[in-house]
Amino acid sequence: MTGANSFSVSGYGPERAGWTRVFARDSLARRLDWPMLLAAIALSMIGSLLVFSATRNRTEINQGDPYYFLIRHVMNTGIGFALMIGTIWLGHRTLRTAVPILYGASVFLILLVLTPLGSTVNGAHSWIVLGGGFSLQPSEFVKITIILGMAMLLAARVDAGDKPYPDHRTVLQALGLAAVPMLIVLLMPDLGSVMVMVIIVLGVLLASGASNRWVFGLLAAGAIGAVAVWQLHILDDYQIARFAAFANPSLDPAGVGYNTNQARIAIGSGGLTGAGLFEGSQTTGQFVPEQQTDFVFTVAGEELGFVGGGLIIFLLGVVLWRACRIARETTELYGTIVAAGIVAWLAFQSFENIGMTLGIMPVTGLPLPFVSYGGTSMFAVWVAVGLLQSIRVQRPMSA
Amino acid sequence: MTNIPETGRTPRVQIRLVVIQILVLSLLGTLGGRLWYLQIREGAEYAKEASGNHVQQVVQPAVRGSILDARGVPIADNETRLVVSASRTDLMKMADDGRAVLTKLAGVLGMEPKEVRQKVRLCDAKTPQPCWNGSPYQPIPITDEATPKQALQIRERAEDFPGITAEPEAVRRYPGPGKANTAQVLGYLSPVTDEEIQQAKDTDSPYLRSDQVGRSGLERAYDKELRGKAGVTRYEVDNLGRVIGKAEADAAQPGSNLVTSIDSRVQRVAEYELNEAMKQARKEWDRNTQENYKADSGAVVVMEAKTGRIVAMASNPTYDPNAWVGGISLKDYRNLTGKGSNYPLLNRAIQGQSAPGSTFKVISTAAAIEAGYPFDGRYPCTSSYSVGGQVFKNFESENFGPISLGRALEVSCDTVFYGLAHREWQRDGGIKPKKKANDYFFKAAHQFGLGKETGIDLPNEVTGRVPDRQWKQDYWKANKDAWCKQGKKDGSYVEKIAYENCLEGNQMRAGDEINYSIGQGDTLVTPIQMATIYAAIANGGTLHDPTVGKAIVSADGRTVQEIKPKAHGRLPISGTTLAEMDEALAGVATRGTAAWRFAQVGWPQDKIPMHAKTGTAEVYGKQTTSWFTTYTKDYAVVMTISQGGTGSGASGPAVRNIYDALYGVSDDGAIDKKNALLPSPQKGLPKVRTDGTIKSPKVAKDPAEDQRASQEGAPEPDATQAAATVPTPTTGNRDTRRRSRRRGSRRMLT
Repeated sequence: MTGANSFSVSGYGPERAGWTRVFARDSLARRLDWPMLLAAIALSMIGSLLVFSATRNRTEINQGDPYYFLIRHVMNTGIGFALMIGTIWLGHRTLRTAVPILYGASVFLILLVLTPLGSTVNGAHSWIVLGGGFSLQPSEFVKITIILGMAMLLAARVDAGDKPYPDHRTVLQALGLAAVPMLIVLLMPDLGSVMVMVIIVLGVLLASGASNRWVFGLLAAGAIGAVAVWQLHILDDYQIARFAAFANPSLDPAGVGYNTNQARIAIGSGGLTGAGLFEGSQTTGQFVPEQQTDFVFTVAGEELGFVGGGLIIFLLGVVLWRACRIARETTELYGTIVAAGIVAWLAFQSFENIGMTLGIMPVTGLPLPFVSYGGTSMFAVWVAVGLLQSIRVQRPMSA
Repeated sequence: MTNIPETGRTPRVQIRLVVIQILVLSLLGTLGGRLWYLQIREGAEYAKEASGNHVQQVVQPAVRGSILDARGVPIADNETRLVVSASRTDLMKMADDGRAVLTKLAGVLGMEPKEVRQKVRLCDAKTPQPCWNGSPYQPIPITDEATPKQALQIRERAEDFPGITAEPEAVRRYPGPGKANTAQVLGYLSPVTDEEIQQAKDTDSPYLRSDQVGRSGLERAYDKELRGKAGVTRYEVDNLGRVIGKAEADAAQPGSNLVTSIDSRVQRVAEYELNEAMKQARKEWDRNTQENYKADSGAVVVMEAKTGRIVAMASNPTYDPNAWVGGISLKDYRNLTGKGSNYPLLNRAIQGQSAPGSTFKVISTAAAIEAGYPFDGRYPCTSSYSVGGQVFKNFESENFGPISLGRALEVSCDTVFYGLAHREWQRDGGIKPKKKANDYFFKAAHQFGLGKETGIDLPNEVTGRVPDRQWKQDYWKANKDAWCKQGKKDGSYVEKIAYENCLEGNQMRAGDEINYSIGQGDTLVTPIQMATIYAAIANGGTLHDPTVGKAIVSADGRTVQEIKPKAHGRLPISGTTLAEMDEALAGVATRGTAAWRFAQVGWPQDKIPMHAKTGTAEVYGKQTTSWFTTYTKDYAVVMTISQGGTGSGASGPAVRNIYDALYGVSDDGAIDKKNALLPSPQKGLPKVRTDGTIKSPKVAKDPAEDQRASQEGAPEPDATQAAATVPTPTTGNRDTRRRSRRRGSRRMLT
């Protein structure tokens, strides 16, 4: 097992001095996945502009300071970036050993949300307010620990060379590990996050090489679970209403259908090049609720048009494509599973978020990775980028 | 050591990873495609929706034009009232939707908090009145009767009343100069309905939600001209309705003023005299029904003989037009339209119809001349006329021997016309009519303009009816089944009539034509039709479309569009006949049925030749209708009182008093020009000043009072005495009006 200090000590070639060392053939900088990193940075920068455009006039929430959200968003991005560097430095393999601690901590945090310490935002009881405008959404961290935990269990015996695929017992253990936090999140209820977790579990199982029976079994269980949730009235009225509004947006244009309608008007009115940054009338007029977080894509659609919206989708595509490559190219199953889990997570969350603003997915409270305002989500996605980079950096260079 | 290949991948995992990658990229492709569809393909559609999203209209209503009388005295204008309004968008931004503010406001205004809240809620299918059916972005009026003190309280403590304004605004007012009410002629306004907005959407004068629309009378007939064009300011707003920029503004264009031919002084006299005549009639004993006359309704028309312009038009019972201002109360509305109300909203001068009685005889005379009977022939005026066992009596069974047609008009001899009508009926084939019957009597009625509207510039005029052969046929067809069901050969009077009608109701019987010739039976006429006919006799034969509107003057006074008199026909009689008829009608006033109202009581016939015809129409099951049709060379005056008695008896004194007022004649026949209200019709229009306002003279407190006093030659009565004798010209709802105290204060347009 490679040590955690592989970051600083190159195992290849003689020591070189100065900046040339950085660009050496096998240096860390050369081994980083730059397309992904640049795409993620570009997305964060676009996100800052969009968040600023959406919030600079919202005096009722920005406390009179037009830069209130921009400053916090840039700060969150900076913290996220630092977390990424930390993750690369630690390396995903080190984190593998810390999985029990991370898992325990994140489950503790989501349990904390269920206590009176947690607070409800937009119908989801999934927040811990820290004060000073900062709050924590622990379910974001749970997404990472589920990936890491399941990867650890599923890859252990395969990477040790004992078996080509994880056996049923291991799969069952992994599912159990994922089920505990998912049930807690379902109780919040934060249906959007549960949906993301289900997709993550599916992606992880696929990448682990687990038997097809597990994959199809899980799909069937998911379908039965959805029916059960519906029948047992676990959903709140507002959640049912959102689905009804998705099926028929003109049902209640002033009520639950309002978001979808206004979002679609905002995006549709953008045209090819948009109204121009800070020029969108829907955005300036604040017709779209939650525009800096869940509906941030509507700002891009209206003010930057098809060009801007397409660019965001393209950049997300770059991140996901590079992540898929990393999953395919790493030699150990642990790295593959982690990468695939992250791909499933980010892909589904992006698709759901943009899809709901475009009216092809029901409305759920999920942020758009890298772009939406929101600290915890920002930290989580940058940690994910760190994990992906670490997997790429630490894999033995193919000869 | 391991069975994992060097690449690190088993084929199963490798394949699955490729599948994941393809899935992920196709999901993103889906997003891109959808984005293209929304922004590029449907983009224009959404752009339009977005621009409609953030523009709101605020309407500045146009000031409605005034309605003025012939001398420029306003009879409908606007007054400034303190209107307290609430901005819904401001209220909705408060945590409690403005409940606290509205409750506080109710306290200041002395209203119920619930009432105030109801006024600002928006109307929809489930919300009953009171509610606001205008734009939610429009300030919603809570009251238009705030006192200056209340307004000050609200304005000085603006921070306590966010979203509440107290501003002076123009509100419709019917000042009633000199106690002239003119209610039915003026009409009234009420808020525009959804259907009307839809219908007028694509016309050149679309309605706004806040518009008031003329519902009857002049307000309706000249609505388009009076309304003007509201100003619209379009604001860019955000989702909470907060203004984020001003887009464009069209200034309001005030409505034009309407100058009418009404003289409010004569109008007052006409209203007063009509009411007095009806009150007098109610004191008279009706021998036929063995009770006092009911005099339930009446109308009077004063028309310029040469032009057809209306100088005065009164209908009784009447009402206070101010009841409609600011929204009518339910109680007032019931009083005006309910079953027990006797329908004061009806303008009986154009919407009341009854048999004309003997006033119809000018038409029968014209028909007889047309049929070849000489005017100066000898026609037996017997006390009765029998046809097939049926006896038609002369009025009060008088016998004048053989007389001319002129004398028959003077003394209103029925039997002369019975004979003529019967003979014509026989010549037309009797009960089996010829294919080409001459029908002189029916043709004449149509030629005189009966059975159709006169075309007066007031809405909902009724046609009356000429019961000719065609009408009999249609009427029989429509009612045959009911008659045949009800009719009994040996039943009561009604059943016998029904039986007869069932068998031969479509036939023109001798009795029908005989009755018809003296204006009894199924004939129906309106006072305005009779006024038009008698004015035509006065002016040499021209039938005018009566007009109330005289000119439309733009608000700035620059354009004056005169409404010229229009003719719709000529009387079907020669100049000679007309002169003979004219002389005969003068005879009515000097030695005929109306002499006791004119020549015998000091009418200066040599200076102002008076012509008249009396009429007493019988109505089955009711008391007789009084008709009195008169004219001089200048005016035609027609009065009718339903269930009022005889023509000259019930209406005579009132019509005489109206003429006295017009010409300044006192009871002894002396003419005092000083007392004459309008010795010759008003020529020209009131003077328009350069700023668009119209000059108007001062109006006496009550011209009718002054006239009564001057005619009797008595000294001016003192005020208290006058108040004791002057009745309220309206039917009483004035006392229940909230604003009745305001009526006294008149403000002249300066």
